[in-house]
Amino acid sequence: MSGRSTPRPKDRQGAGDGAFVRRAKVAILAGVGYLVAFVFIAPYLEMALTALKPDRELTKSPTTFLPKHWDFANFVNVWKAAPIWKNMQVSLIVAAVATLIALAVALPAAYYTARNRFRGRGAFLLLVLVTQMFAPTALVIGIYREMVALNLTDTLLGLILVNAAFNLPFCVWILHGYFSSIPKALEEAAYLDGAGKIKALTRVTLPLSLPGLVTAVIYTFIGAWNEYVVALTITSSPDRQPLTVAVPGFVTSYQQHWQYLFATSLIAIVPVVILFVFIERYLIGGLTAGSVK
Amino acid sequence: MHDTIEAHGAGATTPAPAPPPKTSALRRLGRALAPLPWIGPAVILIAAVVLWPVIEMVRTSVLRISSSGATLGTRGTGNYRDLFDESDLVSVLLRTVVWVVGVVLVTIVVSLALGQLLNARFPGRRIVRWAVIVPWAASVLMTALTWKWMLNYYYGVVNKVLQGVGIIDHPVNWLSHPAQAMMWMMWVAVFVSLPFTSFVILAGLQTIPEDVYEAARVDGAGRARTYFRITLPLLRPSLLVAAIINVINVFNSFPIIYAMTGGGPGSKTDTSTTFMYKLAFTGSGDVGESAAMAVVNFALILILVLVYLRVVGWRGEAQS
Repeated sequence: MSGRSTPRPKDRQGAGDGAFVRRAKVAILAGVGYLVAFVFIAPYLEMALTALKPDRELTKSPTTFLPKHWDFANFVNVWKAAPIWKNMQVSLIVAAVATLIALAVALPAAYYTARNRFRGRGAFLLLVLVTQMFAPTALVIGIYREMVALNLTDTLLGLILVNAAFNLPFCVWILHGYFSSIPKALEEAAYLDGAGKIKALTRVTLPLSLPGLVTAVIYTFIGAWNEYVVALTITSSPDRQPLTVAVPGFVTSYQQHWQYLFATSLIAIVPVVILFVFIERYLIGGLTAGSVK
Repeated sequence: MHDTIEAHGAGATTPAPAPPPKTSALRRLGRALAPLPWIGPAVILIAAVVLWPVIEMVRTSVLRISSSGATLGTRGTGNYRDLFDESDLVSVLLRTVVWVVGVVLVTIVVSLALGQLLNARFPGRRIVRWAVIVPWAASVLMTALTWKWMLNYYYGVVNKVLQGVGIIDHPVNWLSHPAQAMMWMMWVAVFVSLPFTSFVILAGLQTIPEDVYEAARVDGAGRARTYFRITLPLLRPSLLVAAIINVINVFNSFPIIYAMTGGGPGSKTDTSTTFMYKLAFTGSGDVGESAAMAVVNFALILILVLVYLRVVGWRGEAQS
């Protein structure tokens, strides 16, 4: 709380002195802040620097921080070294379709529970709150057995269903929160202006809950994009595996291509970090609203 | 659907005041079914893909499953007996406790400081917030792989840096010694848990009104006193939510250990989650015994969920 700029009484003794202390404090805070930022970025920086090293520099001891020869070609060659284009397509399809399904199913449920009281409403919200805590990892054996029973192992559909279903509770919860916070009176005003139910929804309620929608979409998309355990368990053909499962394949007992592993990782990480930055300010609001993972 | 406005705030347990006696059974049925088109798909998806695996898991734990995945008949408590006979089980469970408690405690303490920092005003705060978000958005598996590479015996930068500042005099093969490997993996788990936790705390800090601090200042409370007497108590709800969600996430944490040591050597760095996975999918692979382990894990998580429900104050009615 030391960064607050409200002047304290004692600052008045010497205006110059107080200003100096204040400025020094801000400088120290900023210094600590940048140091923290560096610690959080460092592993990804090392990722980038390794991805830019030629093969021979990777197995040099002692290692160097920077590549001696900056091998930007790694980012071109990696596409030929393994079928990662295919894996990226899988990741993209699974994440996009799972997000669409989760949203299409969550929207009406969240809207209805926010606007209406009905028998079973409490039970439904409890189901959502409890299943939000269920991680695919804990249930992976059950998921695996179910996929075997439904003949969905090694299919994109299996991955899509799992990712949609496990992210659904979060979507319902956050959208429910947003819809509840929009006064019903606003919709009723729209009715008076001659708008129908659907029009009131699409013209009034949805635009106002846009932050919630965007947060739900991006959070689900990133969750599905990064999902690992289920994909590792139920897929086996290389061309049906997402990036997370394919990436470790660059470093095995037979080959050690750390530069390709990290080049691919960066290609997977950078876009979703940018997406996440977009929802940063809404995340704070969403997290305050209550229990959100 | 709804025809009353005063239904506001009347919990879900009291259905909207029933319109006068003449309601026919048909209309009542219609009203009971009205929510179905709206919430039905969500219920079906959750039931089919989230709840079915729970049932399937419990069922599998009493079945005899061949290594190729075929069901060979029932086994009663046989899988559980096999599980409890595993010589590594006790140490794996103890390690899981250390893993969860250690990671969550350190995460919360560091996040308290980080939350303050992210809430303080200084130029470039935005960028620092973005930097802190990165491990949250990035794949945990890929983050763990970088740390594995940085900890490499011969080519890792960790040895280079630690040697440079004089903490060690010769390179250490960190991940091959169980105790050291555990320490580093716990650090990575803390590293990926910090963003979420410090953002929850940041959100909590932002809900504390400025005039509370003003009042404390007027009363002459010092900075430490203000923090321990005002800030910390007001953060309690955020801290509890963050702690429980972290406990569940850290308990379920799989990619870090799987990528960095594979739980080895042997199962000396396994937690019950990776142990469960290895029972089913490595070596001779016993899905039945693995399901038994999963049921034990799941029971522990259920207890945590119950605690969580108490904490968020679930009273069987609408939240907000």
